[in-house]
Amino acid sequence: MNIGLTLVSQAVAFFLFVWFAAKFVWPPLMRAIETRQKQMAEGLAAAEKGRVELQQAARRSDEELKGARDRAQDIIAQAEKRAAEIVDEARTAARSEGERLVAGAQAEIEQSVSRARETLRDEVAALAVAGAEQILRREVDRTAHAELLAQLRRDL
Amino acid sequence: MHELTPTSYIEHHLAFREMPFLGGMIHLDSVVISLLLGIVGLWLLRLAAVRATAGVPGKWQAAVELLLEFVDDQVKSVFPGDRRFVGPLSLTVFVWVLLMNAMDFLPVDIMAWFYEHVLHQDHFRSVPTADVNTTFALALSVFALMIFYSIKAKGLFGWLHELFCAPFGSHPLLWAFNLLFNIVEYVSKPLSHSLRLYGNMYAGEIIFLLLGMWAATGWVGAVLGGLLSTGWAIFHILIVVLQAFIFMMLTAVYIAMAHEHH
Repeated sequence: MNIGLTLVSQAVAFFLFVWFAAKFVWPPLMRAIETRQKQMAEGLAAAEKGRVELQQAARRSDEELKGARDRAQDIIAQAEKRAAEIVDEARTAARSEGERLVAGAQAEIEQSVSRARETLRDEVAALAVAGAEQILRREVDRTAHAELLAQLRRDL
Repeated sequence: MHELTPTSYIEHHLAFREMPFLGGMIHLDSVVISLLLGIVGLWLLRLAAVRATAGVPGKWQAAVELLLEFVDDQVKSVFPGDRRFVGPLSLTVFVWVLLMNAMDFLPVDIMAWFYEHVLHQDHFRSVPTADVNTTFALALSVFALMIFYSIKAKGLFGWLHELFCAPFGSHPLLWAFNLLFNIVEYVSKPLSHSLRLYGNMYAGEIIFLLLGMWAATGWVGAVLGGLLSTGWAIFHILIVVLQAFIFMMLTAVYIAMAHEHH
């Protein structure tokens, strides 16, 4: 057993080892660990933030979707109303047009009838005058008997 | 080769390889093996530190980081202050002592044959921590650091004041008692620190030697001795790690106590 120089040399070696560990081993590894821990913490925080934002976005999109659906319902209702109106208008217009056409046709018919009647009357009058002339063998003085002739035409 | 008797066998294994050095004698085996193990251990740690990345760590870096965090957590539990020195100190103590203790796993007689016939060194011992020089060197270094940090934390006057006025009180009649108490405390620390490790490792080695001696008595001894050696080696894994851990923890505790004010 020999205590002394062995002890001193071991102690010197020990201090050298500790110095080496404190300078070249501990700091770089601790720095790496701490940096990684920070990065992971940041990553987790970002993930949490992203999750919250995703929830908010989902809620917003739900709201938007609901609004859009409501608006679409409104638009459809309006369109249906408008279609009904248009159909009504068209029906009304068609009816009035038909009535107008019927009225025009009736008026025309009446005109034709009255014209035919006038023509008939004139022709009958002329026939009557011709008949009378034949009968009287003389010419009827149109001016002298204008009133008589008009009276006759009215009576026909 | 001298005659092999139980006495000469034990003597052969427990004697140190001594060498003259700087006008004294040095235990060549303890010094060479401890230096070698310290260098290998730190080189392995440095390997991880060189390529340390904050990104995805490699397998070796992950393993070393695990060790570092384990040591840092243990140190933090007793010393919550600045661990930039105490951390690496504890790490070095743990790794070095663990490696030196682990030399006990190498079979004593095969290693003795190897040292004698390959390296031509007789009486060469494998386990540096079974040499009281090594454990005292570590414990006294820690002791020196303890005094240094005591003075650094409290100032020279504060430290001396505590030496005389704690723990009983600052009355002049109590100074002698305080000093005596503190001396006992200060002496007991490195003694228990170093002898605990030394005793455990030395005893472990002796048990291996005794089992080896039994194995030399015949077939029954060889079989039973071999089985018991295996069992003891397995149990020794616990002792080796536990003693390294205890040594590290006490180092951290002593340094932490040096910072405490009474």
